[in-house]
Amino acid sequence: MTAVPAARMRPLRVLLHVFLALVALGWLLPLALAVYASLRPYDETARLGYFSLPEELTLGYYGEAWSQAELPRYYLNTLIIVIPALVVTLLMASFTAFAIARLRIPGRRTLLIVFTAGNLLPPQVLITPLYTLYTMVPLPAWLSDSQSLYDSYLGLILVHVAFQFGFCVFVMANFMRTIPEEINEAALVDGASVWKRYWRLTMPLCRPVLAALATLQFTWMYNDFLWALVLMSSGDKLPVTSALNNLRGQFFTDYNLLAAGSVLVALPTLIVFQLLHKHFVAGLTLGATKG
Amino acid sequence: MAAKTRRYSARDVTVLVAGLGVAIVVNVGLVWGPTLASVGLSATDWNGIGPIEWIGARNYEDLAGTYPPFWSAVRNNVLWLGFLGLVATPFGLFCAVLLDRRLRMSRVYQSALYMPVVLSLAVVGFIAQLVFSSDYGVLNAVSGLHVDWLGDRAVNIWVVMVAAGWRHVGYVMIIYLAGLKAVDPALKEAAAIDGANERQAFFRVVFPTLRPVNVIVLVITVIEALRAFDIVYAINKGRNGLELLSVLVTENIVGEASRIGFGSAIAVILLVISLGFIVTYLSQLFRGEEER
Repeated sequence: MTAVPAARMRPLRVLLHVFLALVALGWLLPLALAVYASLRPYDETARLGYFSLPEELTLGYYGEAWSQAELPRYYLNTLIIVIPALVVTLLMASFTAFAIARLRIPGRRTLLIVFTAGNLLPPQVLITPLYTLYTMVPLPAWLSDSQSLYDSYLGLILVHVAFQFGFCVFVMANFMRTIPEEINEAALVDGASVWKRYWRLTMPLCRPVLAALATLQFTWMYNDFLWALVLMSSGDKLPVTSALNNLRGQFFTDYNLLAAGSVLVALPTLIVFQLLHKHFVAGLTLGATKG
Repeated sequence: MAAKTRRYSARDVTVLVAGLGVAIVVNVGLVWGPTLASVGLSATDWNGIGPIEWIGARNYEDLAGTYPPFWSAVRNNVLWLGFLGLVATPFGLFCAVLLDRRLRMSRVYQSALYMPVVLSLAVVGFIAQLVFSSDYGVLNAVSGLHVDWLGDRAVNIWVVMVAAGWRHVGYVMIIYLAGLKAVDPALKEAAAIDGANERQAFFRVVFPTLRPVNVIVLVITVIEALRAFDIVYAINKGRNGLELLSVLVTENIVGEASRIGFGSAIAVILLVISLGFIVTYLSQLFRGEEER
């Protein structure tokens, strides 16, 4: 590119910007439409269609979605599921990755392959037996109203941990291999235990990758729809993404209300994405470019 | 790795066995165990309650012969894969190439493109309704058409694929952008000095170095196409033209029917297709590691 004279570059650059701006606009438009629809009363859009100038704008639907769909409770459900799942996944995966990448244990390559492949399976491949298994595993009543793993928070936490674990191990093992071996050797001379080398020496160096994975995993677990659909039955325990259905009436659905609900459901990931933008992208590409 | 190996103390061994043990138990118990069980159950007519009876390949025969949604689901999955692979992925690559030029506002364009990646597909499904619905949707309002985009079996799968592509393009774009940033700029300069124009330089010099990224994107594309579920489920529960293999599996277990054996047979077909790609991907990934 540097070889091309600036004068010839200019019209091309303009064209490039026009093209990219159009694409970007096209990409944002559907989301903007949802926000716009959520701000207008139903009878107005029923009369004029969604593609019309507003006569009246209102934030009322947000309040309605918030209370009618009982969104606060569903946000809480999501947090009850996602936070423990996230912490356990990262702890378990980091220790496994540490053992695979930094210690000479037999079969570590096989382990890494099995874990990574597990994460790539479509969930539907294992969902039928999992569903059956969940209905058969008994839990005490204080852990689950249904007295089984099925329809319990714990069940969803476990399935997220099991399914996302492979990806995290893969990414973290790749990262840990880049840590200089000398650090380990110095610790060995000092007689540091395995746990100390993992927790005190390796983990502090893994902060960037942990941040990236946490951001990415939060988005993925938050957005889950399938596991909750199949492994839960009582409406009041569902995560927030599934709660949208509560805004659908049996005979009549107010799409403006649903739009407000959708925006509210999308908001946390959009905020995380804006605030932790760098980590999010790093997470997506960490797993992808280390091939 | 250093050749120096210390003997582990008893405590070290306990920590290792406990840590790895839990990981293996969770992974086998909840991922690989159920996967294998799917294979076993697919040869039975179990309904989840009664006795399990072995019926061999009959589920597969029924699937291929007397279960109409199966072939529409296969067709839709193939279309989905074709659309993501031949339209959305190349478009993502194209955007990545354009954005790789240190443009002003590049960050803004990038953010816009991958904003949909963070959205739940359930939300994407709903937004698709706002745009494509027949009576109040924006598309009909703007174009003056009266097409039932989501209800008409002939068109709805295309519309949904566009919605899925909306998300896929951004995902592919980020991965390629990262790959492109890692390409040695000296390569491009050398190509330019040799008189290659930009297109030649890209296809002959840059693109071949992206091979590992290409493999990853291929796998992501295939896996996404096989996993596709949420978006059609959010629109019409994957019926009336939007059948997908993943939806059929779910239908057969959570519906009233509870045909566990039959649903498993569909899952096994998904498994066989995905394993083909997973094995290719992993062997590519771990090939260079023999010597480590």
